[in-house]
Amino acid sequence: MADNILEVRNLKKYFKTKKGLLHAVDNVSFTLERGKTLGVVGESGCGKSTIGRSILRLIEPTSGEIIFNGEDLMKLNTLQMRAMRTKMQIIFQDPYASLNPRRTVGQTISEAIKLNHLISNKKKIEERVSELMDMVGLSERYANSYPHELDGGRRQRIGIARALSVNPEFIVCDEPVSALDVSIQAQILNLLKELQSRLKLSYIFITHDMSAVNYFSDDITVMYLGKMVEKAPVEDLFLHPEHPYTKALLSAVPIPEYQEEKRKRIILSGEVISPINLPDKCRFSTRCPEFCDICNESEPPLKEIREGHFVACHNFR
Amino acid sequence: MEMNELVLDVSNLIVEYVTSEGTVHAVNDIDLKILPQKSVGMVGETGAGKTSTALAIMNLIPSPPGVIRSGKIKLNGYDVLNMKDSELDQVRGSEVAMIFQDPMTALNPVLNIGEQIEESILLHEKVSREKAHEQACKMLEMVGLDRSRVYDYPHQLSGGMKQRVIIAIALCCNPHLLIADEPTTALDVTIQAQVLDLIANLRDTYKTAMLLITHDLGIVAEMCDEVSVMYAGRIVEHGTVKDVFTDTKHPYTEGLFNSLPNIKDRKSRLKPIVGLMPDPTEVPEGCSFAPRCSYATEACFKRRPTLKAFSDTHKASCLAYEDPAFLIERNKHGR
Repeated sequence: MADNILEVRNLKKYFKTKKGLLHAVDNVSFTLERGKTLGVVGESGCGKSTIGRSILRLIEPTSGEIIFNGEDLMKLNTLQMRAMRTKMQIIFQDPYASLNPRRTVGQTISEAIKLNHLISNKKKIEERVSELMDMVGLSERYANSYPHELDGGRRQRIGIARALSVNPEFIVCDEPVSALDVSIQAQILNLLKELQSRLKLSYIFITHDMSAVNYFSDDITVMYLGKMVEKAPVEDLFLHPEHPYTKALLSAVPIPEYQEEKRKRIILSGEVISPINLPDKCRFSTRCPEFCDICNESEPPLKEIREGHFVACHNFR
Repeated sequence: MEMNELVLDVSNLIVEYVTSEGTVHAVNDIDLKILPQKSVGMVGETGAGKTSTALAIMNLIPSPPGVIRSGKIKLNGYDVLNMKDSELDQVRGSEVAMIFQDPMTALNPVLNIGEQIEESILLHEKVSREKAHEQACKMLEMVGLDRSRVYDYPHQLSGGMKQRVIIAIALCCNPHLLIADEPTTALDVTIQAQVLDLIANLRDTYKTAMLLITHDLGIVAEMCDEVSVMYAGRIVEHGTVKDVFTDTKHPYTEGLFNSLPNIKDRKSRLKPIVGLMPDPTEVPEGCSFAPRCSYATEACFKRRPTLKAFSDTHKASCLAYEDPAFLIERNKHGR
């Protein structure tokens, strides 16, 4: 059996709103093998960030099981959960908003070490901080700088160092590069990859960028309005996408290559439906180019159509 | 080529922002020419001077602190920098229109979208209110929105719909030049594809020239005829899309390509550009890219390169080409 660090079963997160229940994450299940990366892709509002935060119980899931290293996190109390978070960490999208502007780089990185009493000796903490800064490619002279003095790339490195400070086994990377310029994006992606092999980390990589997720992940799940619509090993997904949404998503990515003839792209028509009070039909049906009558009758279940490749679409019955 | 054939002719443009912490050299002496019905892409990273260039073309540089230090901007024959405000109002909208990056803030929240399109039509054309309204409805249909939406307010629309409305406003007076500043950056990929498709179709229908500002080389490849690569306020490479993508000359352009994950080849390792763009208040003496350039020699730190023509269409500014045998890595492998 595969060594799974994380197993998520039937995860649901509904938000109560004035207009009704908002289905942010609806019955999502997946496993993450130790040392691997699971990419979660989808467009705004598909629930990808909610998944990341629910796994760490930064927001409380409505229901579901989150088995981390064999233990169901939903059964832990707040204190036990806090201790557990030394094994699981998160890197946020916006390095401008996720750092405390009144703490120096050194204070930010050492905070979790002190909070969790990982090291008590003051000198040793300093050593650990400079080791972490070195690990993420931050020059030690920034230890006493404040976040506003640094650029986006360096700030994201602080976020990474902070996540690594507690020796985690698992990190949720929530759009870690989408706020950065391309040349800096590549630096951070390379850094995350290098750290993964060096520290045997397992990642969930949340993004809307199909090229980045392709570069980064082993398995990919595609989300649409809170539902998982397709899940497959990365190569299979990119070479043989099966769900009409995945196909449209891949074909929409502009490719930086010169072409005599312009590519034919799948252009979706229509708009995303509201995630509040969803009807019992395929959520993608309003935009689907392969729509047929059955799509209006019920929601398609996720089915394994070949080994490791799951699709939720009525086209596969 | 006759000068008045050009839709846009920018020469020696210098834009600075004077602040208490020093002068920010946003645009440092650039030339840019756009022929009728051609689309030029302008790529570069944050702070390269792309948006300042676009604002200068509209004569919309916020002053203070912005100053157009020198330069000439000819927009379909109009000398934009030497016109009165009242004259400029006539040029903006009818000769040149702009689509901004953020559709969420570019619309007026207290006017319905019909009124916002009509406003532009009434300003530039001598038509009755009823006629303008009818034209606004037609524009909405052109951009793929139902005419029943004409009384909707911006908050009732999704991001993609708002961007469509902005495109409708930009094109309702049939401008000769459309400036699109990161028109799809705030949108999801599938919506981005819809909006780009729409812009391309309308551009062809209205025979409009376009300056498309973006950081996404993929969008340039799909939308443009020519491309200018900007770095630290200068154009470092300019050519047709074919020139720049298949026969890249400038090391910075090469660095941009190497930084992009290739969707077709996931095994290739990313080669990021090291370091950061120079502080725009202290532009280095030599080549601005030299501190980050793997080919840089001593001369690069002392002498500023000028644009050198490689063909009628292709120019780049890099001292390394003073050695006629010089090739960048990207061009060594039989590309």
